[in-house]
Amino acid sequence: MSAASPVEVEPDTEKDLVPDGVTVLATPWVTIVWNDPVNLMSYVTYVFQKHFGYDKKKAEKLMMEVHEDGRSVVSTGTREEMERDVQAMHEYGLWATLQKSE
Amino acid sequence: MGAFTRHRRSRLVIANFTGFEADLLRSLASQLVELLRNESAVPREDQDPFEAMMDFSGPTTAPEDPVLARLFPTAYPADEEAASEFRRFTEGALRDGKAAAACSIIDTLEDAGLPEQLTEDGLMIDVELDEPTAESWLRSFTDVRLALASRLGIEEGDEQLWYDLPDEDPRSQAHDIYEWVGYLQETLVDALMR
Repeated sequence: MSAASPVEVEPDTEKDLVPDGVTVLATPWVTIVWNDPVNLMSYVTYVFQKHFGYDKKKAEKLMMEVHEDGRSVVSTGTREEMERDVQAMHEYGLWATLQKSE
Repeated sequence: MGAFTRHRRSRLVIANFTGFEADLLRSLASQLVELLRNESAVPREDQDPFEAMMDFSGPTTAPEDPVLARLFPTAYPADEEAASEFRRFTEGALRDGKAAAACSIIDTLEDAGLPEQLTEDGLMIDVELDEPTAESWLRSFTDVRLALASRLGIEEGDEQLWYDLPDEDPRSQAHDIYEWVGYLQETLVDALMR
């Protein structure tokens, strides 16, 4: 990656860019996985590692949240990204939903 | 019998089943395929007949069968319109994917020597799965277990209830099968993690 060279930013351009950026960051969407009495703890951990690329420690932490709290936010991003994650969770047989971040 | 392990040199996931076990797995996978194709991804009935005919995309309402409702959960519980749209665009592909995974179990077992009708005593079926096939088996085991659990009405922490059932109760047998597929899945996850 190259270092940023000093650039003069036109005040108008900057004003246009900021509000959009702020809006996107302020309303992320989340994928929630819900507890069910069927899926094995080892399998849920495996799915989180495999699909999200989380390391074992993070995947196990999320799995325990699902198991003990009944639900866990497993990913955050745009609505489209979360729809893809939810679809992937359904492919794996996990019970997942998406919503705007609370 | 039937546990999965990772072969150290070939990296293949291997297991051997008795003819009876292989036949049982095939039967479970076949029932899943039938269910997935049974209540097919059809348009709603309350639509205008012409609109319905022109609608080739997926369903917009949750399946009525509790097993299918669990396999294809509602993605937006608080937003019916978004939920319908999501279902329309995803359920068809999900059904196809799940049916294909179940078919891969049937095909692999038959390629490994499971005859159409099991008659021979003492038949052993050895399977060797590459990574993608092992992954489909893993996902399909989940679908089979979700299906059995929905039919049985399995709930969190109800293990004792099932163990207390008399052996002749048909639910007891179904629960034994559910546990067995769970055991297979546990060893398959373990083999894939190695």
